[in-house]
Amino acid sequence: MTGWNWHLDGWIVLAGVLSACSCALLGNYLVLRRMSLMGDAISHAVLPGLAIAFLVTHSRSAVPMFAGAVIAGVVTAVLSQAVNRHGKVEHGAAMGVVFSVLFALGLILIRQAADHVDLDPGCVLYGNIAQIPLEAIGGRVPPQVVNLAVVLVVDVLFVVLFYKELKISTFDPELATTLGYNADTLHYALMVLVSVTTVANFESVGSILVIAMLIVPAVTAHLLTDRLSAMIGVSLMAACLSAIGGHVFAAFGPGWLGMKAATNTSAMMAVVAGLLLCAAVLLAPRHGLVSRLLHRRQMRMTILREDILGLLHRWQEMRAEGGRAMTHREVLAAVGDTRSVRQAIRSLLRKQFVEKASGPPDAGHTYRLSGDGQARAARLIRSHRLWESYIDRHFNLPPDHVHMSAERVEHFLTPELRHEIEADLTSPRTDPHGREIPPESIGG
Amino acid sequence: MHDQTSPSSVQRASPDHDPACPVSIHDLTVAYHRRPVLWDIDYAGPEGQLIGIVGPNGAGKSTLIKACLNLVPIASGSVSFYGKPYRQQRRLVGYVPQRESVDWDFPASVLDVVTMGRYGRLPWCLPPTREDRRVALHCLEQVGMADYARRQISRLSGGQQQRVFLARALAQDARIYFMDEPFAGVDAATETAIVGILRELRARGRTVLIVHHDLQTVAEYFNHVILLNMRIIAAGPTAQVFTQENLQKTYGGRLTLLDKAAQAMALNGNR
Repeated sequence: MTGWNWHLDGWIVLAGVLSACSCALLGNYLVLRRMSLMGDAISHAVLPGLAIAFLVTHSRSAVPMFAGAVIAGVVTAVLSQAVNRHGKVEHGAAMGVVFSVLFALGLILIRQAADHVDLDPGCVLYGNIAQIPLEAIGGRVPPQVVNLAVVLVVDVLFVVLFYKELKISTFDPELATTLGYNADTLHYALMVLVSVTTVANFESVGSILVIAMLIVPAVTAHLLTDRLSAMIGVSLMAACLSAIGGHVFAAFGPGWLGMKAATNTSAMMAVVAGLLLCAAVLLAPRHGLVSRLLHRRQMRMTILREDILGLLHRWQEMRAEGGRAMTHREVLAAVGDTRSVRQAIRSLLRKQFVEKASGPPDAGHTYRLSGDGQARAARLIRSHRLWESYIDRHFNLPPDHVHMSAERVEHFLTPELRHEIEADLTSPRTDPHGREIPPESIGG
Repeated sequence: MHDQTSPSSVQRASPDHDPACPVSIHDLTVAYHRRPVLWDIDYAGPEGQLIGIVGPNGAGKSTLIKACLNLVPIASGSVSFYGKPYRQQRRLVGYVPQRESVDWDFPASVLDVVTMGRYGRLPWCLPPTREDRRVALHCLEQVGMADYARRQISRLSGGQQQRVFLARALAQDARIYFMDEPFAGVDAATETAIVGILRELRARGRTVLIVHHDLQTVAEYFNHVILLNMRIIAAGPTAQVFTQENLQKTYGGRLTLLDKAAQAMALNGNR
């Protein structure tokens, strides 16, 4: 392919978008009901449906094939539910049991009775989306695009009309049932639609894309949103992006990489959906890896800064070295000589919690707590020593065992918790080591 | 207004579908996989009382509630609400399931979940109205959670989740409530809040049946109690029924014959 051609690429992208959107729309409910494998199960289990439809009608015309496949899909849903309930097997395993057996049954049926039906595995896997524009001769809309559009309209109507019913029966099926929205009825209605959608999309875009689109955009959207309507919206956007991006990469990507042939469109659409999911996993605002890493880093830096404040406080309290200020080298020796420690010191200086002075020759600078720094440090030491006293009173440990947990907890105690501990200990003056516990009022 | 004056602590006389009785359970037997878990339950709940359902693990407390609400199939017997079967009385009955029974990662706000309590009043396919949301917000205020209305439900503590469920039940505005362990795993503040709500419901003449685990607080929270262990051991006003002797019967081992019969039915049952 050399350039973009609306007559060719336009139809392919449209088919991809329609297909991806109808799958993604229903996929939201499958993901939230923890039944994402349903698409996989149904797309395998349609095989015996196709075979039986052929055996009964002796034709490969579309209507009986479609009916057979949809019935097989619904049977899959019903059987998985039954295996789940009566076989004491969890949902995923139940679906696995049902679809593998049905798929095998389909293979046997086809081998035995319908060997001359050409079942092209390639076609099943990635469909024949590239052939869709060939049907558009003479300016008419390719019939497959019409089918996909009809399915999407039906799915959208279903979700819009039964939005509240689907929402409550997905979140709390028991309550839904007691309120008169029978959760089982809604479940099977959804399963019928998933079957219809899967089967209708199967031929044009192939099972890989159907399975991917039922799961991946919805999972992506779940990571990025915290309202159902937003989740549905984002999943549809992800589906459209995957369809468009997939086709662009499939058509032109190999060229960009210096290869000649265009690659398979459906498969590339699924790959783009996967890439979008990766991006969401990394960048999601609350659950994303990047934001979690940043948060953890910030937390570590806060702890480090507080440790240095505590160290300076204890040094000044003990009047070590005749009350001389602590040197840079001594701080590094106590806390560790790492880049983060030096960074924490710089940050403390910048925030004016610590003041710098020139120290004795060849010992570097010396550090002293400022007024604000003193207050922060006293709060920390108070937390530390209150905790030690609390553990000492309630845990019956030797005094030298209480330091480590206090070293960790001191950074997290809120004023309320400190107050509670103080009340529990009836206003202690000193910690188990006999050191003074600074009063709360010093803190700002 | 009911037979509270009955000298018998065990209310066995079943007023068959008495229209004045909020919940009447008549000879109810429930089985899971053919194995009976509740035997011959006869009970007539008095109106306007807080009724605790107490018994050991596996006694069938949750099952009793679910059988009343048609959530599990009934092997035999019947349940009626003000004289009519559940299907005709849905609006009068509110339900608070166990907190762990739902997925709290579901993408919904606190207000969304409380608004679900109004869904029973809405016809199919119509969304909740502004009025429904206003009622839901008011119910959130009652449980002290109005500030959390817009928060994602996964970012709540266990106690807060329980309060949201309670607010949702209040939004149902029912006359009879069934609550499955609302006190399980909640903090002290939530426990106090729930007790306050329960007392207010009682003051407004509502009947509340509550599955409860903590024997220490039974006498304080409930004025009626059902002692359950696969069958009703005793039921009636707490002062008369919640006795050492009845507790002994409830917790001190099952009727082994019931167990053996249930086992036999599970193994050889032919439905």
